[in-house]
Amino acid sequence: MAKQPVKNKNPFAGNWFLTAGAAITVFMILFTLLGQIWTPYDPSLPDENAMSLAPSPAHWFGTDSFGRDILSRVMNGAGTTLLIAFLVVLIGGIAGVIIGSLTGYFGGVVDEVLMRICDLITAFPSILLALIILRIMEPGVKNVVWVLAILFVPSFARVVRTEFARCRTQNYVKLARLQGAGPFRIMLRHILPNVWPVLLPAVSIGFNNAVLAEASMSFLGVGVSASEVSLGRMLYDSQNTILRGAPWYALTVGLVIVLMILGFSLLGEGLRQRNR
Amino acid sequence: MKKPLVSLLLSALLLALCLAGCQKTGDPRREEGVIAVGIGQDLNSSLSPYQLTTAGTREVMFNVYEGLYKPAFDGSLVPALAETVAVSDDGLVYTFTLRGGVTFHNGKKLSAADVVWSYETCRDTTTDANVKSILTGTVESVRAADDRTVVITLKQRDGDFLAYAASVYIVPSGYDKLDTEPVGTGPFRYVSRKVQEEIVFARYDSYWGSKARLKQVTFKVYESGTALVMALDAGTIDMAAHLTGAQIKGLSDRYTVLEGTMNLVQGLYLNNRVAPLNDVRVRRALAYAIDTDQMMKLTADGRGTKVGSAMYPAFGKYFDDSLTDLYKTDAARARQLLAEAGYPDGFDLTIIAPSNYTPHVDTAQVLAEQLKAVGVRATVREVEWNTWVSDIYAGRQFEATVCGFDASTMTAGAMLNRYVSDSSKNMCGFSSPEYDALMAQAASLNDDARRTELYREAERVLAEECASVFLQDMADFVAVRTGLTGYRFYPLYVMDLSTVGWEN
Repeated sequence: MAKQPVKNKNPFAGNWFLTAGAAITVFMILFTLLGQIWTPYDPSLPDENAMSLAPSPAHWFGTDSFGRDILSRVMNGAGTTLLIAFLVVLIGGIAGVIIGSLTGYFGGVVDEVLMRICDLITAFPSILLALIILRIMEPGVKNVVWVLAILFVPSFARVVRTEFARCRTQNYVKLARLQGAGPFRIMLRHILPNVWPVLLPAVSIGFNNAVLAEASMSFLGVGVSASEVSLGRMLYDSQNTILRGAPWYALTVGLVIVLMILGFSLLGEGLRQRNR
Repeated sequence: MKKPLVSLLLSALLLALCLAGCQKTGDPRREEGVIAVGIGQDLNSSLSPYQLTTAGTREVMFNVYEGLYKPAFDGSLVPALAETVAVSDDGLVYTFTLRGGVTFHNGKKLSAADVVWSYETCRDTTTDANVKSILTGTVESVRAADDRTVVITLKQRDGDFLAYAASVYIVPSGYDKLDTEPVGTGPFRYVSRKVQEEIVFARYDSYWGSKARLKQVTFKVYESGTALVMALDAGTIDMAAHLTGAQIKGLSDRYTVLEGTMNLVQGLYLNNRVAPLNDVRVRRALAYAIDTDQMMKLTADGRGTKVGSAMYPAFGKYFDDSLTDLYKTDAARARQLLAEAGYPDGFDLTIIAPSNYTPHVDTAQVLAEQLKAVGVRATVREVEWNTWVSDIYAGRQFEATVCGFDASTMTAGAMLNRYVSDSSKNMCGFSSPEYDALMAQAASLNDDARRTELYREAERVLAEECASVFLQDMADFVAVRTGLTGYRFYPLYVMDLSTVGWEN
């Protein structure tokens, strides 16, 4: 029988990773959600009287070279980054689950073809692939999401496929089959619920990687466009000033990225430990 | 376990000392009398003097090629390959006497046949529409009277002819490798080129005029503003022009910053062909919404000169500073005009900016915010320079773009002809019969004062019809390594390196 998670016990008890990860993630999500409805200043309005100010009580994170409040931009821009991460994980995850379950359950030619395509995507340097695709299409949130979603499919497909291939030969699946359940009913109702414990950490790590991927792509100048605010774009804008009098821009943006991925990694690790 | 750590630390210390030592041991480039110049874009694929389509290529090749005349620092024209010129009383016959002892970089002696050949080749192949129309329309004949005399006959008088003569570069007759191995008569000769990497020029030791101070110049290509700034910080280049206020901020004290003007008109160029920008009220609304002073403060610490029309101040008599405040920032007025034009709730506008020109991207971002304040939902899209040239400039697939237009010759036409309805350079698709008539009339006149008056009138039409939102002639910051002297600004977009050299 597949291991069933213990349901009645407090999941946070004794699981330091899960507790810290959940706390940081919840905090970052609240911070980001707040940034979508309220920020101390208009995140994109330039102010010629407040250019390149160091952090102060009026501007906690300082201002950029256009006099825009960095805290406001970070709060608002984290939303773009999280939205990209969410959509990438959602699209990549759904496609990954579909491919993984089909290949894992049925095996055979479909398995070979689909998994070799996944290998191909994984084998290709992801940043290079993203660069090529975004040179052809134009930068912007929508295209970044598509590119990253495609790149993220294999990681989900692999995890799900392994679990399906393992569960296929388990007794409860054989029993279901003997009782006359069709393959799709078995996949959906019998195996999928048992895949969740493995899938959840993968989703969490996926968030982590998607945030990093958005940051790297925008930093390389092929991510979101100039008038969209995202964490990666802000890093890109800040690179001129790191060593030249205004290090707080890169540092504060970097701090927010670090907190965000730290939260997701801890959460992923905690979820994994919980299923041990 | 401890020993490896100690040795590791020691070797790290040694390495650090070594690196510190390396930085101190003088400047190899200074000792050799060479420099490396950072440029923001690669040159055109062809280096032929008649295919110099981008300003960035022209400013570099200015060091290699020369015409019969040549622009000087103050914008006047001075004799170059011609020693003297005699103009007939009716202004139709120009007799140029060539300078003696001039040789091309390949060793060939300059003769009148070279001049005739160059004029013919230029006429047939040039990509500069203004020069082409002069050589095909105005020039009747170019012939060699003897080995040192060239006679150019015009069909009609043209007061700007010498300025055009300065832009027809002279090359050896019959020479067919201009695209890849350019040969001219200038103070520097072409040595080599690695595409998207570097171009090397060396001093031409048999130059007819005062010889260049530097032995060799290497232009290094940095296709992003950030990379250029990093190269300055790292000290890999000795000079870079066209920097922004933000880029020079915090520059190390190894550099001296010179301030001049870019000699171009930076504008929010509008595609007059597409709705709603085909409505003059909408274009005026944009002009009223934009606060150029604020934009200049934000992007260049307030430096730069407002222009108001398609002409920059270095042109002197042609520049009309009364146009700079024609559209005084007035959000209410802008909203009212938008409402009159049928857009009370504004509209969506995509502003395209070439990503390698940080100043244009910065400007676009500020303008987008200013436009949002009157309800125009502007977004900025960055495109690569090559894409900009092919899709925006040539393909005209745009609504609005921030860029700069410069002059290839010191003539009013170089700035203004691109707005004539049927001009092939009319990127904005501006169309005004009144403007076309003024330009045609001005070109046909002999009287310089009256011509100037007409050109200024044409500029007023451009501003009033709001062909585009003309912003500023940007401040041009040039960072030069301390100890490197002699750099001078021109009223044209050129980078003359012949006067630059290391101090002893």
